Amino acid sequence: MSTVLYDAPGPRARRLYRTIGIISSLVLIAIAALVIYQLYKADQFTEEVWEPFVTPRIMELLWQGLLDTIRAAVLAIIGAVLFGIVFGIGKLSEHAWIRWPCWLVVEFFRAVPLVMLIFFVWSLYSLQPDRSYISLVISLVLYNGAVLAEVFRAGINALPNGQSEAAYAVGMRKNQVMTAVLLPQAVKIMLPSIISQCVVALKDTSLGYLILAPGLTTAGRLIWGTFGNYLATALVLLMLYLVLNLLLERLAVWAERRFSQGRKLHVDAVGALGDEERTAAEKANAVRFGPESLGGGGQGRT
Amino acid sequence: MDVLIDNLPVILEGFGKTLQLLAVSGVIAMIVGTLIALFRVSPVPVLRRTGTVYVAIFRNSPLLVLILITYYGLPEIGIDFGFFTMITMAMGLYTAAFVAESLRSGINGIPLGQAEASRSLGLTFSQSMSTVVFPQALRNVVPPLASVFIALTKNTSLALGFGIAEASFRSKELLNDFPTSRWWIFGGIALGYIIIVEAISLGAALLERRWRRER
Repeated sequence: MSTVLYDAPGPRARRLYRTIGIISSLVLIAIAALVIYQLYKADQFTEEVWEPFVTPRIMELLWQGLLDTIRAAVLAIIGAVLFGIVFGIGKLSEHAWIRWPCWLVVEFFRAVPLVMLIFFVWSLYSLQPDRSYISLVISLVLYNGAVLAEVFRAGINALPNGQSEAAYAVGMRKNQVMTAVLLPQAVKIMLPSIISQCVVALKDTSLGYLILAPGLTTAGRLIWGTFGNYLATALVLLMLYLVLNLLLERLAVWAERRFSQGRKLHVDAVGALGDEERTAAEKANAVRFGPESLGGGGQGRT
Repeated sequence: MDVLIDNLPVILEGFGKTLQLLAVSGVIAMIVGTLIALFRVSPVPVLRRTGTVYVAIFRNSPLLVLILITYYGLPEIGIDFGFFTMITMAMGLYTAAFVAESLRSGINGIPLGQAEASRSLGLTFSQSMSTVVFPQALRNVVPPLASVFIALTKNTSLALGFGIAEASFRSKELLNDFPTSRWWIFGGIALGYIIIVEAISLGAALLERRWRRER
């Protein structure tokens, strides 16, 4: 195997690699052993630390938290997709008075920390009894919707110009072009990005902890409040989140292979200057090489 | 409006803390992230596997849960460097996964032909690295790294739940104290974040533009 970084290894290099491999395995094993020893020394393997997680009441509490978390994420993504469609298409409008407000809203919600947004929405709902959950979901919709609006815009822009030109040429109206020609194709390209955004939304539901919204992290707070087993509870939460997110990530990879042939959307950073320039360059590339050249980091995730 | 002007010193102090968090966890993220990226592109399978596992774990776990682990969990087993360090550690290790991915995609974005051509021209390995491969990789890496740092800026606000009086914490307090002027407070502090975010992307854009001219 040869890459940009090194040539195909000869016999000496192969021996060197093997030595480094053995040494680093030993180091990794030593670190693992140290961690286990440290856990053992701090009495983390005792029954009272882990027992709560096999008692039916606590398991039910965690299960309920898991359901609440998933429900919040699902609601947030549904809302965010709708928000994203409206504002993403709004950003592509030919009327400046639609385009500019949409641009402003999208950029604003992408740049503001989600935590701050959550507390702000929370303060707006001061009279509602279950305001924490509502505030969490609304904030997630606003933030993820703004990100998805960018994804929608990029997805529609990634289609070759010929598609809309041909549709106009056969006499379609503007909204027909969008709904019958552009959106169905763009959705395929966008699907992996949308699923990746689900991972982000699911991760961010953990912020419900800060306003005591029902969910996994709040359930965790209850558990260690009772048993004082902070580390064990946090590790259990981590495991639950990891399993969910890794499954979603697998789904995203599958969707990428199935629907968009490994093409990734490039979504710019917030407030990226030279936006116009880059879009122009992308357009030129798309005309010259077709949409495949629109590769990019796809690094929209936080 | 008056609320913002009256509390300006407090708000600015909050943003000072935000920048401090950003700087410390940013440095941790760069160091660990570079190391993990090196692991991920190394010819040794064990190291490559380690890098992959690290990225998979840290990219898919919520930052808040990581902070819970370092802030509440690790002191239980006798690892405690004070709360500021523990929080920045969680933020740094989390962001390192994204830094590693940006660096790796920057290196992988360079066609193999570039290295082959420079070697066939007679450049030594280190010459081809320093004059052909790395300058291009650096150029590829700047935009994604800028978005990673923008995300980190926003993520520093998670520290408000853990006793650090940064900007979001100030906004939360002001929202409590002056509920009638909440729109001003929200807008004003949001503007502060937008300025930081814009500064980062401006820096990235300037770097990119300069390199484009050099080319």
